Amino acid sequence: MLDMFFSPNAQWVLFSALTLGVAAGMVGCLAYWKRQSLMSDALSHAALPGVIVAFMIIGTKHLPLMILGAAVSALIGAWLIQWIQSNSRVKEDTAMGIILSVFFGFGIMMLTVVSRSAGGNQSGLDSFIFGQAASMVRTDVYTMLAVAIIIIFTIVIGFKEWKLFLFDVNFAKGLGMSSRLMSTIYLLMLVLVIVIGIQAVGVILMAALLIIPAVSAYYWTHSFKAMLVLSALFGGVSGVAGTVISTMGNGWPTGPFIVLSASVLFLASFLVGARKGMLVKAIQFKIQQRQHALEGGRQS
Amino acid sequence: MTYTAWILLTASLVGLSCGIIGVFLILRRMAMMADAISHTVLLGIVTAYLITRELSGVHMLVGAIIAGLLTAVLVQWFHSRGVQQDASIGVVFTTLFAIGVILIATQVGNVHLDVQHALMGEITFLPWNTIHLPVIGDIPKATLMLIVVFLVVLAFIIAFYKEWKITTFDAGLAASLGIPVVLMHYVFMTLVSITTVASFDAVGAIMVVAMLITPAAAAYLWTDRLSVMLVLSGAFGVISAIGGYYLAVWIDTSISGSMAFSTGILFLVSFIFSPNHGLMSRVVKPYTTTE
Repeated sequence: MLDMFFSPNAQWVLFSALTLGVAAGMVGCLAYWKRQSLMSDALSHAALPGVIVAFMIIGTKHLPLMILGAAVSALIGAWLIQWIQSNSRVKEDTAMGIILSVFFGFGIMMLTVVSRSAGGNQSGLDSFIFGQAASMVRTDVYTMLAVAIIIIFTIVIGFKEWKLFLFDVNFAKGLGMSSRLMSTIYLLMLVLVIVIGIQAVGVILMAALLIIPAVSAYYWTHSFKAMLVLSALFGGVSGVAGTVISTMGNGWPTGPFIVLSASVLFLASFLVGARKGMLVKAIQFKIQQRQHALEGGRQS
Repeated sequence: MTYTAWILLTASLVGLSCGIIGVFLILRRMAMMADAISHTVLLGIVTAYLITRELSGVHMLVGAIIAGLLTAVLVQWFHSRGVQQDASIGVVFTTLFAIGVILIATQVGNVHLDVQHALMGEITFLPWNTIHLPVIGDIPKATLMLIVVFLVVLAFIIAFYKEWKITTFDAGLAASLGIPVVLMHYVFMTLVSITTVASFDAVGAIMVVAMLITPAAAAYLWTDRLSVMLVLSGAFGVISAIGGYYLAVWIDTSISGSMAFSTGILFLVSFIFSPNHGLMSRVVKPYTTTE
């Protein structure tokens, strides 16, 4: 078990899980405040057909091109969700459900066709559904790292702009910022973090890595900056913890363990979080009760 | 009945029950809740299997109902404690689904239940897993379960049609009339769960979302009447189930995947050609009205 920390390949995988978690935690924070948590779920499912079609076209498992395919199909999904909403009376959640399930169904159709014709290569494609961090090779890790680091930098450098964009769009517009451009960058980051994550976490559970750390961070702080940092921290920790746990068993998928680690952190935040945690609330309630009792006693 | 006939009957039943339930899902703006429940039902099935060590219909139904209600309750509970509704859905279902997948991967192995099956369904094997009934003769277990679930759903919808209608469109009015809105909500969640689990064997966890939401959304574009929408949605469900089957046979691929895909095609057609809400109507209508 300890061996894996010393083998250089494993160190790379762990490091990329960490970076992925940090990037996902940060983008998830933006998604939370844009109230688009479930959008990430829809987009991650919508990425599946892109991966498979890219594989069909190039014929081998070449990660950068498959990521490109995933990004294209997720962007088409995002655009369709927007289009359905604005051109009919179908609501956002229904539009997301349609795109999510129809794209995924199409992806499974293609996956079945590919695995019938390509034979041995199929095992590699299956790992895109639940994630298999161990199946990543060095170049995959480099691709992931590069994209994740770009995303992290984009958020850190434009922190002030993001804050305005999320909390006061009109003020941002007044300052001359293009909210259209910001939306596009935001959507691109969301799609990119999803598609680099599907190798390690899988299309089905990738959304969790975006949603859960942000919600957990929300229980600790009022400040957006602190929430962003905490969310990144929670994401990174769960990425590493999940990857380590999944290597303990033979053939254990990585995604579910990463999600479970994030959920444990969430439960902890939910119970003892400094802002709205259950324990803090209970203590505050007790203190208030006592104060009221004291005041009541004084008056009578 | 022949092999193909059983498959078509099963698929149509899936389309029919999901189509009917789906209408209320999208009208109540709970489409993503269906997505959540279809995932967490997996945990219910796995837990039921781990406890009883058999994959029988009744145990699965009970497990699924518990998992579905647990999802609904947890989502509501987190939401009432300050988490946004959709974030709360996202946290609950991914966690429960992850636990389900981990249990399958570590405890169950590949004996009777594997992740692939749970996601994609195995409609091709259904006709061989039969059960003998006194009058009807041999009938596939999954089909029987679907018939029962379909009848239950239909009975609930018809018996309380007026109540469903009021709680769906005006929950405030319903509450003031003394209709138990919260109870109806959880009954509805139960119906969603049993429909999901019955369809599970046939189309798998994710494609059931397609069957639930897409035909109903397509029907929503055609009509303004709830009763017509219910009939249309059921019909769309059956059409896409049968169409999906033949599509899958034609290009030799996953049946559940192509069923989901054909619901998408149906929606696209409705989206373009629907008389009142379609894209074409916008192009055509201003012209005809100015004539």
